[in-house]
Amino acid sequence: MITIGTDGSKDITTPLSDADVESLKAGDRVRITGVLYTARDAAHGRLMPLIERGEKLPIDVRGQIIYYTGPSPARPGEIVGSIGPTTASRMDKYTPALLKLGLKGTIGKGYRGQAVKDALKQHKGVYFGAIGGAGAVLSRFVKKLEIVAHADLGTEAIRRLEVENFPAIVVNDCHGNDLYQEGMKAYAR
Amino acid sequence: MREIHVSAITDAVKKLCIDANLDLEPDMLRAFDRALATERSPAGKQVLQILKDNAQMARTKLIPYCQDTGFAVCFVELGQDVRITGGPLADAINAGVGQGYTEGYLRASIARSPFDRVNTGDNTPAVIHMDVVPGATLKLMVMAKGGGCENRSKYKMLTPADGPEGVKDWILECIKTAGPDACPPLIAGVGVGGTFEKAAILSKRALFREIGSPNPDPALDAIEKEVLERANRLGIGPQGYGGDTTAFAIHILTYPCHITSLPVAVTIECHAHRHKEATL
Ligand code: SF4
Repeated sequence: MITIGTDGSKDITTPLSDADVESLKAGDRVRITGVLYTARDAAHGRLMPLIERGEKLPIDVRGQIIYYTGPSPARPGEIVGSIGPTTASRMDKYTPALLKLGLKGTIGKGYRGQAVKDALKQHKGVYFGAIGGAGAVLSRFVKKLEIVAHADLGTEAIRRLEVENFPAIVVNDCHGNDLYQEGMKAYAR
Repeated sequence: MREIHVSAITDAVKKLCIDANLDLEPDMLRAFDRALATERSPAGKQVLQILKDNAQMARTKLIPYCQDTGFAVCFVELGQDVRITGGPLADAINAGVGQGYTEGYLRASIARSPFDRVNTGDNTPAVIHMDVVPGATLKLMVMAKGGGCENRSKYKMLTPADGPEGVKDWILECIKTAGPDACPPLIAGVGVGGTFEKAAILSKRALFREIGSPNPDPALDAIEKEVLERANRLGIGPQGYGGDTTAFAIHILTYPCHITSLPVAVTIECHAHRHKEATL
């Protein structure tokens, strides 16, 4: 579900529908509330063979958002340590297959490849940017954390996060727009 | 001969690793403020403000500035009148890294082998660059080097005919291709000259200079300023969302080179520019 906040930011509550995704445009600032699943290189490496064999994944990705991150350990009494995004393009190899299964969003930083952009259009998905290197600030939006699969991967395990008003920006929407290209064009001198 | 026991080295490295990850140096905070004053892009301004807040939160709440708490890259200047006692120097440094990353709640990000990818669990080993210098002190310079930006570092063998213009264009090309992947605003450490490996090491070493300080060599300073100016006209901006602040600084170090060569290495560093030094 998406509503528009008084400051012009869009408030997103997970899970996302196709209509939600269609209403998002590159450059939109959003605040996400609900569930995010964390997964990065190693976890994707484990999910892929399951997808190829048509087996059930440890998480149901339909309507969900995957956050590419490997948090630092929590201090005693804290929910999580630092938790900013990692470079998304390393997951490009896996993303189209997950979008095909119904994943609606990914959060990371940096460019996506053309195959991912095409899959966003085809399967109605969205790629959000979170501020890379703002892991301390971003940790404050995480209200609950639970490891749901591949605990042996340590920081790379799949975690289920409950977040409130997690700030992000739409980088690639399902209409083919790209904030990185548009932003660069607007400010190049 | 002055003696330094390895336990003092381990303790120092441990503290440097923790402090680097929690406490950004003042030159970086000043760089954020300078950029906030000139950045035209509202999204870019917001990013810079959040990064300032992030630095503040890291320091006060003891949450690492970035979750990628880096590869511990350690430059050591060992005075030739110092004798290390109690064990090997490299072991002492690695013990400090292990303790710092474990006790400081920093992320373990090192795979024991590039092929089997099993995490070593305590962020060891460090990458250690050792120089023997005159004197009776031991200087330890530790950088927590992020992987996202490191992955965009590049090397090129130019030809002498490419000259300074070729070097400038190559640095710019590296910044441009790094783009949003490397968490701009960036810092480019540049090593020019020497051999293949010498240029690469210089490019890391160059990052330790104070951000915003002039290069002591006026000719290099002019190159740095020109490349920085051009980088900030690319439009990439903070986080790549578009804007005027793509890079904070270009730092060049040079070394004599072979008459056939013009090696140029560029280490790409992100705004999470975390480093600390201590002298024993
Ligand atoms: S590039 Fe730097 S700021 Fe970005 S995630 Fe890596 S270490 Fe953090």
